[in-house]
Amino acid sequence: MSATILMLLGLGGMALGYFVYSAFIARRVYGLDPDFETPAHAYEDGVDYVPTNRFVLWGHHFTSVAGAAPIVGPAIAVIWGWLPAFLWVVIGTVFFAGMHDAGAIWASVRNRARSVGSLTGDVVGKRARSLFMIVIFLVLLMVNAVFAVVIAGLMMDFPSAVVPVWGAIAVALVIGQLIYRRMISLPVVSLLGVIALYALIAVGPAVPLPMPDQVGGVSGNALWVLILFGYAGIASLLPVWMLLQPRDYINGLQLFIGLIILYGAVVLANPAMVAPMFNQQVPEGTPSLIPLLFVTIACGAISGFHGLVASGTTSKQLNRETDARFVGYFGAVGEGALALAAILATAAGFASLADWRGMYQAFGENGVGAFVQGGAYLIQNGIGLPEATASTLLTVMTALFAGTTMDTGLRLQRYIFQEWGDIYRLEWMKKPLPATLLAVGSCLLLAFGAGGADGSGGMIIWPLFGTTNQLLAGLTLLVICVMLVRRRRPIRYALVPLCFLLAMTILALLTQLKGFYSEGNYFLLCLDIVVLIASIFVAFEAASALRRQRREMLESPEA
Amino acid sequence: MSDSRRERLRHWLAQLRHYSEEVYAAPYRGAVARARRDEDDLFMLLVFSELMGVPNPAAYYTLELQPLLLERFHDWHRRMGMERSPLDHFRCC
Repeated sequence: MSATILMLLGLGGMALGYFVYSAFIARRVYGLDPDFETPAHAYEDGVDYVPTNRFVLWGHHFTSVAGAAPIVGPAIAVIWGWLPAFLWVVIGTVFFAGMHDAGAIWASVRNRARSVGSLTGDVVGKRARSLFMIVIFLVLLMVNAVFAVVIAGLMMDFPSAVVPVWGAIAVALVIGQLIYRRMISLPVVSLLGVIALYALIAVGPAVPLPMPDQVGGVSGNALWVLILFGYAGIASLLPVWMLLQPRDYINGLQLFIGLIILYGAVVLANPAMVAPMFNQQVPEGTPSLIPLLFVTIACGAISGFHGLVASGTTSKQLNRETDARFVGYFGAVGEGALALAAILATAAGFASLADWRGMYQAFGENGVGAFVQGGAYLIQNGIGLPEATASTLLTVMTALFAGTTMDTGLRLQRYIFQEWGDIYRLEWMKKPLPATLLAVGSCLLLAFGAGGADGSGGMIIWPLFGTTNQLLAGLTLLVICVMLVRRRRPIRYALVPLCFLLAMTILALLTQLKGFYSEGNYFLLCLDIVVLIASIFVAFEAASALRRQRREMLESPEA
Repeated sequence: MSDSRRERLRHWLAQLRHYSEEVYAAPYRGAVARARRDEDDLFMLLVFSELMGVPNPAAYYTLELQPLLLERFHDWHRRMGMERSPLDHFRCC
C-alpha cells in the first residue's frame, strides 16, 4: 500500500473528526457558549489570566503537548504491524484525545480555570485528589527516566547529533538573552535561531562525537544518562526566561518545520508500506497487542498529560469558551498528525522487509532508532537531503523535544518535593537545590533500577509510563463525566472512553506484572503494583462518584 | 514599491512581530512575573535594610528610592511572612 494514501486516509479521518465530531460534542455535550465570561476576562490580570488570540493559544497548547512521546510510542508500537498503530492513533485522536483535551479546558473554564488536580478534589472527592497527586508524581518520574534513556540511546547511535543537540542549548541561551534584553525583534531572532540550529545540523555529520563504550568503568550509555540528568538538574534551577522559554520556542518552530519536511518527503517519495500490515512473526518476548498497544501509544492517541496543560495554562487564557474546540480538539489533531508521521517513517522508511525486521528485533528496543533511520530514508528519497544530515535532523528534533520535557518535568517534580517539605515541615526540603537533588536521585534510581547498570534497558518502563499516563487521562475523564451528569448532558461520549481506558490500563498492568515477575525484575514489579492499586482505586472512585451523582440527580429532579 | 504596498508590508510585519511575541510570551507570563517579583523582593530588602539595622553602604542612594517603593511596602512585608510592619518607627498597617 502507498504511504501517501495512508497519510491522506489518516489526515482525512482526523479532519473529519474535527469538522464533524468535535462540532457535535462542542454543541451537544459540552454546550460551549460564546457568551460565557471566561476566566481570562473575569480575572484578567495581564499575567496569568490574559484573553489570547485562539491561533496563538492553539500554537502554545499544541507545542506544549506534542513532544517526543508521540514519536516514541508509535515507533515502538509498529512492531505489531502498521495497521493497529494507525487505527489506534486515528480513532484515539478523534474519539478519545480530542474529546478529553477539549473537555479538560471546558471543565477548567467552568470552574474558575482551576487545574484538573484541584477540580478532582471538589468534583469527585478528597481521596481522588490524593490519588491524582500520586499519579502525577509517577508520570513525571517515569517520563524523566525514560526520556533520559531515549536521548542517551540516540547519542550513542547517532554521534553526529551530539554537537547540534548541545549546540542547540547554546543557541537557546543566546536567544534568551537577546530577547530578554530586547536587542533584536523576535521574528529576526527566530530566523537567526533557526538558521543557527540548521547550520549546526549540517555541520554535525562532519564532526561526530562518539562516546566510548566504557569510560572509567561506566558504560557510555550510563554516562550519557548521568550527564543528561546533570544538565536537566541545572536547567531546571535556572530562571525560565534564560533557557526553558527560548528552548520551548525553538522547539515549537522545529516541530512545524519537522512535520512539513516529513509529510513533504512522504508525498514526494511516495514509498510503499514496507512493514507488514499485521506482523504475524513478532519477535520473541513481544507482549500481546491487546492490551499493550493502548498503553504503548498514549500521547498521539490519548494522554493524561494534556489535561495538565489544558487546565494549567490554556484555560486561563481562553478568550471565548467556544475556542476550546479549536484549541483543545485541534491541538490533539496536531499531535495525532505527529504520531501518524512517526508511523509512516517507521513503516515505510525502509528499503525491504528484511531491513525492517532487522530494526525490530525485540519489543521496546530501537523504536526511536527506527524513526530516525526510516524518516531519514524518506527525506533522502523525497527531498534529496543526504541521509546523514537527515538522520541528524530527526535525532536533534527528538532529542530536543525529550530534553525540554525532562527540563520541565524535573522542575515540576522539584515543586512537588518542595510542597511536601512544606506539608511535613521539613525545612531543608523546601529549598530548591535539595529538592532538585531528590528529584534527580529518584529518576536516576528508576532509570538504572529498571535498566541495569548501563541504563540501556530503561525502555522497559515505556508501557508502564503509558499506563500511568492513561490513568491520569482516566481521572480527567471522570471529572468531565461527573460534570456532565450534574448538567444532565449525555455522558456516554466521555464514559465509553473512560471505561475502555481503565479496562486496558488494568489489563496491561496485569500482563506486565506477570512479565516482571517471570523476569525477576522486582523493582518494576513493585512499581507496577503501586500503579495497579492506583488504577483499581480510580475505577472504584469512578463507579462510586457516578452512582452518587445519579442518586442525587434522581432525588432532586428539578435541580 | 508603491506607498500603499509598503504600508501593507509594514502592517504585515508588525502583525508578525506581535503574534510571534505573543507565542513566545504567553506560556511563561506567570513564571516570568513571579521571577521578577522575587528579584524585586530582594531589591526591597536592599532599599529598606538600613531601617532594619542592616548596614548598607549605598544607603545614601537607596534613601531616595524609599518614597517611590513605599506603595509596595505593605505587600512586601506580608509576602515575607511578617503580618505587621517590621519597622518600629514606621508603621504601615
